Amino acid sequence: MRMKGAQVLVELLKKEGVECIFGYPGGAVLDIYDALFDTPEIRHILVRHEQGAAHAADGYARTTGKVGVCIATSGPGATNLVTGLATAYMDSIPIVALTGQVFTHLIGKDSFQEADTTGITMPITKHNFLVTNAEDLPHVIREAFYIASSGRPGPVLVDLPRDVQQKMIELVYPEKIKIPGYRPTYKGHAKQIKLAAEAIGEAKRPLLYVGGGVIASGASEVLFELATKADIPVVHTLMGKGAFPESHPLSLGMLGMHGTYWANKAVMRCDLLIAVGARFDDRVTGKLDTFAPHARIIHIDIDPAEIGKNVKPHIPIVGDARMVLAEIVKRLEPMTHPEWHEEIAQWKREYTPKYRESKKLLPHQVIERIYEKTKHLDTIVVTDVGQHQMWAAQKYPREKPRTWASSGGLGTMGYGLPASIGAQVGNPDKTVILISGDGSIFMKIQELVTAVNYCLPIKIFVMNNEFLGMVRQWQGCLYRGRYSCTRLVNPDIARVAQAFGAVGISVTTKDELDRAIDEALKTQDRPALVDCHIEEEENVLPFVPPGKSLDEMILE
Amino acid sequence: MEHIIAVLVENKPRVLARVASLFARRGYNIESLAVGPTQDPSISRITLVVTGNEHVLEQITKQLYKLIEVIKVGDFANTPVVDRELALIKVRAPSNLRGEIAQTAEIFRARIVDVDEESLIVEVTGTPDKIDALEQLLRKYGIIEMTRTGRIALARGSQSL
Ligand SMILES: Cc1ncc(C[n+]2csc(CCOP(=O)(O)OP(=O)(O)O)c2C)c(N)n1
Ligand SMILES: [Mg+2]
Repeated sequence: MRMKGAQVLVELLKKEGVECIFGYPGGAVLDIYDALFDTPEIRHILVRHEQGAAHAADGYARTTGKVGVCIATSGPGATNLVTGLATAYMDSIPIVALTGQVFTHLIGKDSFQEADTTGITMPITKHNFLVTNAEDLPHVIREAFYIASSGRPGPVLVDLPRDVQQKMIELVYPEKIKIPGYRPTYKGHAKQIKLAAEAIGEAKRPLLYVGGGVIASGASEVLFELATKADIPVVHTLMGKGAFPESHPLSLGMLGMHGTYWANKAVMRCDLLIAVGARFDDRVTGKLDTFAPHARIIHIDIDPAEIGKNVKPHIPIVGDARMVLAEIVKRLEPMTHPEWHEEIAQWKREYTPKYRESKKLLPHQVIERIYEKTKHLDTIVVTDVGQHQMWAAQKYPREKPRTWASSGGLGTMGYGLPASIGAQVGNPDKTVILISGDGSIFMKIQELVTAVNYCLPIKIFVMNNEFLGMVRQWQGCLYRGRYSCTRLVNPDIARVAQAFGAVGISVTTKDELDRAIDEALKTQDRPALVDCHIEEEENVLPFVPPGKSLDEMILE
Repeated sequence: MEHIIAVLVENKPRVLARVASLFARRGYNIESLAVGPTQDPSISRITLVVTGNEHVLEQITKQLYKLIEVIKVGDFANTPVVDRELALIKVRAPSNLRGEIAQTAEIFRARIVDVDEESLIVEVTGTPDKIDALEQLLRKYGIIEMTRTGRIALARGSQSL
């Protein structure tokens, strides 16, 4: 059947199983929007800024495991996607971004709303395409979804000139994909797997260090099997939150700059570190030379380039985390490490975080309250970036994969609100909780309109410390308290929410907080924002200052 | 350490930009670069000369493989190769010195490929050292301009990348 390129595109999106798209129209995508007009099977969510579309697609992808799709027009629409693409790229999130482009004969002429979108996004996408020949469209769309979702996932951008969208072409669905240079390795090398199993068998103080790759590959169940069968404690990264149930006695919580005391101690003491789908980021390792000084290291990753990039492992294994772990588990006998657990228990006894007394709300109390009142629900927690993100990571435990969405690698303030829109659209029956900050929320506040428009009952908690708190903390610790430009003068955020048509509540005490949480949970037809006025100068602890070793934690 | 890397890529627009952008953003040094078609019209060959230790070289190779359009990366660290560069050198050549210049060129198996009243163009191929040496000798006559290609290389023997 012959139809317009834009219609072919929409048919192919349906074939790929796309149920919803986040986007913003404009001149260079008119044909696509015209085709969507006749396509009730695909729900289009109109955001208020293209960056929001990319983050929403990202939040959708992280919480559903499907590919997120966003659309923007050429020029400014496409450039507005950039931060969202970079965020998804750093965290290996599968997104397909569709952008309009000027007519092919106008490319390179500085035409109206022309930008070199594929050039701009080259370093922040897994791959991108500029379709100059309409007949290539079916192949490109198929490849885009395949590349985004296979191997190490990531964002893929497809740039579509107007004439490509308009040309009449044959609707074909390419069954075969032929990309000669792209063959991800899923199966681990048998010899390496054997070595890993032996190393685990010999270790006295083994430790699992798990990252976002465990979630991407769906390896949580087999990870659980491995940890429990071989009695190995687990530390996770910010991206690995939810990969292993945090309530389980083997979970030591998050490691790294704001990790738990015992997680970091365990890293410094273990004799075998099993890194799974994690990439030894500087926020995790602290000073690299002193990271896990007594450990042999097994590194399992689907991306060969991650292996040896920061740390040279003794046993590298390239492959899919789920498949590799399954092979390792098969080769293991059940075992226990009571002495190792006793050492860990000792660290837990010797340090309990102390919080000062305050008339004001303390941030960890707020998160704990939110947790207490929502833990019986099926929840997804989304965060923005800053101190509140770390408090959420520390105080809101996660039990299952894909119930946590936070910008880890890029640390993008403004990620939270649009990502929670994507999460709620993709999970209409779950309770989506956004923990944001008074700085971050204003980076993408316009998306509150979107949440109201689509009646999304997101529970938004703003940890309002009237500061760019995380930066203030660094200024406090590392720049002798010279708080340069980090004090925020905010409007009444609850009233801002009300003006957008959301529920808005301002709280300063525990009782008010409790009532506000109840109110937010009751609200089912629109978002509810709770502006929590917290102690202004609270620091996130423990804190491993940049460049310091993990056992040089500042504890109070 | 200097390494020669050969990269087989799909012959598509922007592939060279992807490779160059990768080197720029990861902070790898390119000493020389040459691109051209292969016996298969759908595949181009990029030859890079890079500097770095073994660790850097390994990362470069792995990062190159991450580019979707990169099909094969060959590193010639432990392989005997034939490697060549081409230079065209335009040198001042008054009639009384031509013989001398021609003789110098001869020693390097270089050819004179253009002549006019005042100048000659000398074409020379070889390893970078050889070209450097000839350039050095021609300097005293006055080099008007010169251009050199990037290095290209093939492994000796019958196997291919
Ligand atoms: C887009 C962007 N700009 C700047 C930063 C640098 N930055 C990191 S945390 C932070 C402060 C965040 O403030 P807020 O949202 O109020 O969170 P808090 O730390 O106070 O909890 C800033 C400015 C960033 N991460 N992202
Ligand atoms: Mg703040």
